[in-house]
Amino acid sequence: MIRFDNVSKRYPGGHEALSNVSFHLPRGEMAYLTGHSGAGKSTLLKLIALIERPSRGNLLLDGVNLSSVSNSKIPYIRRNIGIIFQNHHLLYDRSVFDNVALPLIIAGFQHREIGKRVRAALDQVGLLNKEKAQPITLSGGEQQRVGIARAIVHKPSLLLADEPTGNLDPELSREIMELFARFNQVGVSVLIASHDLDLIKQMGNPVISLNKGALEHNGLPTAHGTEHA
Amino acid sequence: MPRADGNHLAKGSPVQAWAINHARTLIASLGTLTRQPASSLMTIAVIAIALALPSGLLVLLNNASQISVDLDNNAQISVFLKASTSEKQAKSLVKKLRLYEDIEQVTMINKDKALLEFSKISGFGDAIEALDSNPLPHVITVQPKVDPTRPDRIQHLLKQLNKLKQVELAQLDLQWVKRLFAMIEIAQRGIWVIASLLGVAVLLVVGNTIRLDIQNRREEIEVTKLIGGTDAFIRRPFLYTGLWYGIGGGLCAWLLTTISIGLLDDSVAQLASLYNSSFRLDGLSFTETMSLIGFSCFLGLGGSWIAVGRHLSEIEPS
Repeated sequence: MIRFDNVSKRYPGGHEALSNVSFHLPRGEMAYLTGHSGAGKSTLLKLIALIERPSRGNLLLDGVNLSSVSNSKIPYIRRNIGIIFQNHHLLYDRSVFDNVALPLIIAGFQHREIGKRVRAALDQVGLLNKEKAQPITLSGGEQQRVGIARAIVHKPSLLLADEPTGNLDPELSREIMELFARFNQVGVSVLIASHDLDLIKQMGNPVISLNKGALEHNGLPTAHGTEHA
Repeated sequence: MPRADGNHLAKGSPVQAWAINHARTLIASLGTLTRQPASSLMTIAVIAIALALPSGLLVLLNNASQISVDLDNNAQISVFLKASTSEKQAKSLVKKLRLYEDIEQVTMINKDKALLEFSKISGFGDAIEALDSNPLPHVITVQPKVDPTRPDRIQHLLKQLNKLKQVELAQLDLQWVKRLFAMIEIAQRGIWVIASLLGVAVLLVVGNTIRLDIQNRREEIEVTKLIGGTDAFIRRPFLYTGLWYGIGGGLCAWLLTTISIGLLDDSVAQLASLYNSSFRLDGLSFTETMSLIGFSCFLGLGGSWIAVGRHLSEIEPS
């Protein structure tokens, strides 16, 4: 699903956020990405979401080389990814329903279909009764779950989450992680950046850890013949 | 449950999705405008006033040239013949003039009849009887054919008449008609200059409004880009907003122009009645109204296009 092949990212000004990172996340796998802040977790996710481009190396997403993809193709690649942010990135000028419907509207779904899918997604995150609510009236955990519903409503094959439990208490954090595990069980590939090591240990999924931009530990299966640093 | 399969079934054909997206954005952008009625109306009012000014002036000018055409229809050339010309010569000249292409009507005023009439009206009967001979010449009045697009033809006819050997003097007393034509042309150009400047102003007003709109919706644009919105998708609501501004501005400009003309019309009719005329002001014709609204739409769309082109690419998720 995701294949990093000696990928480096150097920002203008010379700071190297990632150096020679190689790993392979197979389709349908769920893994955690850990490391201290500044270790390069966010940069790695940004490369997959095409918010940034690698400076060196090859990055393949579902067989597509993201190093050479043209700007006009970026939206279509992103439609196959669900992204969850620490600060939710919800739009506060519209209802929960309209927030979750956004990916479907972008893809041009029909009205009836949108209603069905949005309610299914809200049901999965346990917020079916909040569809008419304004996001600002929801708690932090509920807002995060709206963000998750928006990320899964268009049924992407990959979920990326950047510190999805960053602001939540341990119990809520665990609920959110279990939610991701449930999506993974039906075949979605999941990559979660988190520094909550206790929780990660409890979940028992493979862990990739970064240290100062370099791969420190790769717990992913290596049967696919990937070389890793 | 999340899976990438089956999406194509619910989306319909790409053309259908495209059409749905356009229709949805068209309505949604109107909804966005109505949710901030005060600021939307302000923008529309600015556009309306900027467009109503030149279109109102144009309407007045069209009416003015209409008056001048009417006056031109009354233009008469008085042809004074030489004193030595006999009545027979004068009559044959009348026949000749009737064959002229540019002449509508020819009437001859016999000098004896003219004298008789003059002595009756003026009350100088006795004094005139004392004269040895009739001091008046034969006069031919010529009604030229009027082509409002070719005011120079009357001048040309005048020259021709003055060259005839029996003619002492051919005179067009409506010299000022020609001057009016010239003034109208200057005014017309002036109005087009004003209209162009105000058109640019409308472009800038719409552009600036859309620019602010883009800044206010920065977060929405970033999120939309992150979840796979194409540039066209993100651009669309702003372009439609510009189009709505154009439509609203155009309609209000038409309304303003029509109301202003209506307010003037009564006073103009009153003035005209003092001149025994039933002249009324003409408002904007259907074609003119459509051009006004079309031009306004063009400016609204153009202004938003400029703003979107300049400012949307600056916003990228980070």
